[in-house]
Amino acid sequence: MIHLAWLVPALPLLGMILNIFVGRRLGRKGVGLLASAAVGSAFLVSLGLFISLGGLPHGVHQAEQTLFTWIAAGSFHVTVSLLIDPLSVLMSLVVSGVGFLIHVYSIGYMEHDKDYRRFFVYLNLFVAAMLILVLANNFLLLYVGWELVGLCSYLLIGFWYEKKSAADAGKKAFLTTRIGDVGFALGILLIFVTFGTLDYSAVFSQAPKLLQVGGTTATMITLLLFVGAIGKSAQIPLYVWLPDAMEGPTPVSALIHAATMVTAGVFMVTRTHVLFELAPFSQSVVAIIGTLTAFYAATIALTQMDIKRVLAYSTISQLGYMFLAVGVAAYSAGIFHLMTHAFFKALLFMGAGSVMHALDGETDMRRMGGLIRKMPLTGWTFVVAWLAISGVPPFSGFFSKDEILAAAYHAGHPILWLIGLITAGLTSFYIGRQVFLTFFGRSRVAPDLEPHVHESPSVMTWPLLALALLAAVAGFVGLPSANGSLIQSFLSPVVGGEGGGSFDLLLALLSTGVGLTGIFVAWLMYSAGVVSPTRMAARVRPLYNLLWNKYYVDELYGFLFIRPFRRTAAFLAEIFDPWVIDGAVNAVALVTDGASRVIRVWESGYVRNYALSLLAGAVIMLAYFVLR
Amino acid sequence: MNQLSFPFLSLIIFLPLAGALFVTLLPAGQTIRRVALGFALLTFILSLGLYFGFDSTTADMQFVDRAHWFAPLGIQYYVGLDGISLLLVLLTTLLSAISILSTWTAITDRVKEFMISMLLLETALLGVFSAVDLFAFYVFWEASLIPMYFIIGIWGGPRRIYATIKFVLYTMAGSALMLIAILALVFAYHQTYNLWTFDLLKLQTLHIAFRTQVWMFLAFALAFAIKVPLFPFHTWLPDAHVEAPTAGSVILAGVLLKMGTYGFVRFCLPLFPDAAKQAVPLMATLAIVGIIYGALVAFAQRDVKSLVAYSSVSHLGFVMLGVFALNPEGLSGGILQMVNHGLSTGALFLMVGMIYERRHTRQIADFGGLWRQLPLFASFFLVIMLSSIGLPGLNGFVGEFLVLVGAFRVNPWYAVLAATGVVLGAVYMLWMFQRMMFGPLDKVPNQQLQDLNRREVAILVPIVILILLIGIYPQPFLGPMQVSIGHLLAGM
Repeated sequence: MIHLAWLVPALPLLGMILNIFVGRRLGRKGVGLLASAAVGSAFLVSLGLFISLGGLPHGVHQAEQTLFTWIAAGSFHVTVSLLIDPLSVLMSLVVSGVGFLIHVYSIGYMEHDKDYRRFFVYLNLFVAAMLILVLANNFLLLYVGWELVGLCSYLLIGFWYEKKSAADAGKKAFLTTRIGDVGFALGILLIFVTFGTLDYSAVFSQAPKLLQVGGTTATMITLLLFVGAIGKSAQIPLYVWLPDAMEGPTPVSALIHAATMVTAGVFMVTRTHVLFELAPFSQSVVAIIGTLTAFYAATIALTQMDIKRVLAYSTISQLGYMFLAVGVAAYSAGIFHLMTHAFFKALLFMGAGSVMHALDGETDMRRMGGLIRKMPLTGWTFVVAWLAISGVPPFSGFFSKDEILAAAYHAGHPILWLIGLITAGLTSFYIGRQVFLTFFGRSRVAPDLEPHVHESPSVMTWPLLALALLAAVAGFVGLPSANGSLIQSFLSPVVGGEGGGSFDLLLALLSTGVGLTGIFVAWLMYSAGVVSPTRMAARVRPLYNLLWNKYYVDELYGFLFIRPFRRTAAFLAEIFDPWVIDGAVNAVALVTDGASRVIRVWESGYVRNYALSLLAGAVIMLAYFVLR
Repeated sequence: MNQLSFPFLSLIIFLPLAGALFVTLLPAGQTIRRVALGFALLTFILSLGLYFGFDSTTADMQFVDRAHWFAPLGIQYYVGLDGISLLLVLLTTLLSAISILSTWTAITDRVKEFMISMLLLETALLGVFSAVDLFAFYVFWEASLIPMYFIIGIWGGPRRIYATIKFVLYTMAGSALMLIAILALVFAYHQTYNLWTFDLLKLQTLHIAFRTQVWMFLAFALAFAIKVPLFPFHTWLPDAHVEAPTAGSVILAGVLLKMGTYGFVRFCLPLFPDAAKQAVPLMATLAIVGIIYGALVAFAQRDVKSLVAYSSVSHLGFVMLGVFALNPEGLSGGILQMVNHGLSTGALFLMVGMIYERRHTRQIADFGGLWRQLPLFASFFLVIMLSSIGLPGLNGFVGEFLVLVGAFRVNPWYAVLAATGVVLGAVYMLWMFQRMMFGPLDKVPNQQLQDLNRREVAILVPIVILILLIGIYPQPFLGPMQVSIGHLLAGM
């Protein structure tokens, strides 16, 4: 079975290629089915890999498959090879599984789009790229997947390219993440120069010998790699592309926020944890940036009125939790939360998409309300996701988030733990606010739309139900037991056994309490009407405006980077290049021309004069070489 | 060793010349195009034989043809190929055929003379990349100027005369110094061994005093730097490109510029090794400035053709950085990047030409929303643009990354600075792509445009196949050059 691993990324690629070349003949139905089947079969192969991992000889937890030599020049040698181990297989399952549900959902969601085929071509490529990323056995192949998901986000966020905002958002996503990618690429170069190879196994086995703990090289490598993660996983200061990414069709948001792309950074830190453990400083940076991002993004989410924008900031915030986890070496907790988050965030986005589907594309929560009566499946599955993200037991988010907070606390970071705890309260509040505004209370839907509000077709609700089930019960793989949870022991061959935090009843009660408080406050403000949100906002107007305008960061970046860049470019192109550099060239020409007017006297047109000067020249040259 | 009994390489070099002579005999009409294309295609097909017959295990010159030309001074007609020149010869034959096919409807005036110029140019370029004798090299080098002078000057845009004279004078100024350095080198060899020769393989065994090396290096380097063009010698390039007809731009960017970078590898490194090593900081700095400067200036262009022209300045900076890393990774990346740039920028110029033929403008602001009207055109453009910005999985990435590896090993800062070019490259390309392809299709003339026809697809498909092949499986391209590069570096 292991030797079929290459099929996991190859099947979605095949789906893409088939849809490019014969998709036109398949018809709309065929295109969507083919694309979904391609990802579905990749999931089945991943499942096969999962089973065959258990069948490996005792003490062996990984296998490699080398497909071919990719680049060999001088001492640089990189192969296209796959690493099949618990981490990569778990990631493949999540990516292809959630990806498959999103594909199925898209069949319904994109039904009336004129570029149906192009959509599924991109979607397949996206999943394939992410699968390459997680299955790579070396840094350069990881980088291939890493860049290709960036490309796919560009194409999919800007999918409705006729809208300027969509095209802008796609470009922003690609360029912002590429800034991070340059750091990542430099990290890879430094790894190559240090180790002479880019294969994981060789690098990780040599790392303890070649790198000093806390040494400059280890710190530089890990910080550079983390710069890449900051871009891809939307952390401070490169998170700005993700909120705009909602310009893409909603299934794309689900894919980007849940199964692919943004999780890449968390996965990468986990994959390279051997290096990070040699650089305590970098670990602290990861944990601190993660925690700050978690809190910061949650505060922005408090005031937003766009149903997808709230979720976008929520993703940034939840990713912050994951970085907190991997920063305190709680890798299995980080991956665990990555998994549960993939379920409930995909569910939230697809639920939001279902609402937009019913309301003719409306995204403003002020024009929603009471929708659960007309869309019960969408509404109740959304509630499940809300409970999961709020950390209400026994829903999945409870286990994973609690494990992260406990790990931070026990790793000796009480401040990070406290910020994380407060953020948990903010989270359950803003998603609660969203649930009440969208699904409960009286309807504020535009009167002309009101009669048309309907539950989405079953091709869209089935994926919602499947995800709701996962969001509800997936936490149990993290159920604490004597030898660590299921997921801990499954991942322990990769990340070591002591990575996860131990269960702490007091901390668990505390974080549950905070989560419930957030829900309660949301209920007070947006459902019971005890506290008026508008009056609250009025009382803290400057703070509210700051949050509403997302701390003005986009404007700040525009002022600090984009405007100076454009001005420099314009100066160089319009003044420096034509007048200074080309001016110098033309000046030489002018001087030559002037000189030639003088020299023209000799250009008499008489052959005898030319013969004379030729002879003179020859004599001078001869004399030089004879006499020297 | 490929010692064939008949002059295979020379046959390939001079087949286009024969084609040019044949075309002169033809009456005007459609047959001229077909005959010219036929000769170019035949040359390309034959040149594939060079690839398949190439022995990758030796650094010796292969397919060698030599004959006395002017015996008293040791001048020979001496051509041969090694791993460094092989790919460039193939690139030349491929792009020549493609660019001739691209003129089917673009060139309607003086077709005969145009085809003659293109075929003559091909012979000159093939000669440049295969010459082992410096005199022969110089002759081919200068010979390449003449047809290009006419191609820009006759079939070019409104400012063609200014552009073509600037191009020719600038290049000749550089090559005049090179000629003096060649003569000085030959005299120096004669002084030591009492033998007249222009044979590169002999000349590079000569030991030259460091100070003399520096002067000779600079003379060669100026000629090559203008051709590359290396910052700050680049200002002839946008003028020439903007005015040149599409086919001229394709050959100019795709092949002609590589004469400069190839010249550095073939002559400057082995002939003046000490000076070359000493020049690394200077050359790397100019290369990096070119990478960043070219990208910034490209960003501010309003004409898409001059945007692509400035992007060449940036890309050729990568090639130069790789070459002057003076290690196997950098040189492999640099040489591969010469091919990659030929493919991707050549294709960009082709596509700019295709849209110009339809719309008679190249101002980016005149377009917008083309994807809706020209989906096939936009899709091809997308792939080629991605190749140009070095997306992994496509050809540009392999070359660029190897260049960065090489540069990093010399000085990490070189790699850091050059890597910013990776972002900037994406900035100007995506910016241009968005303004041309995305947004609403709101300008009336754009709503009547026709998508690519079969001939145009046939022109682009081979390039896209190569873009993918080099990106995914570059070994057939990197493999043949390894021994030659190793030999070159070992000799330094």
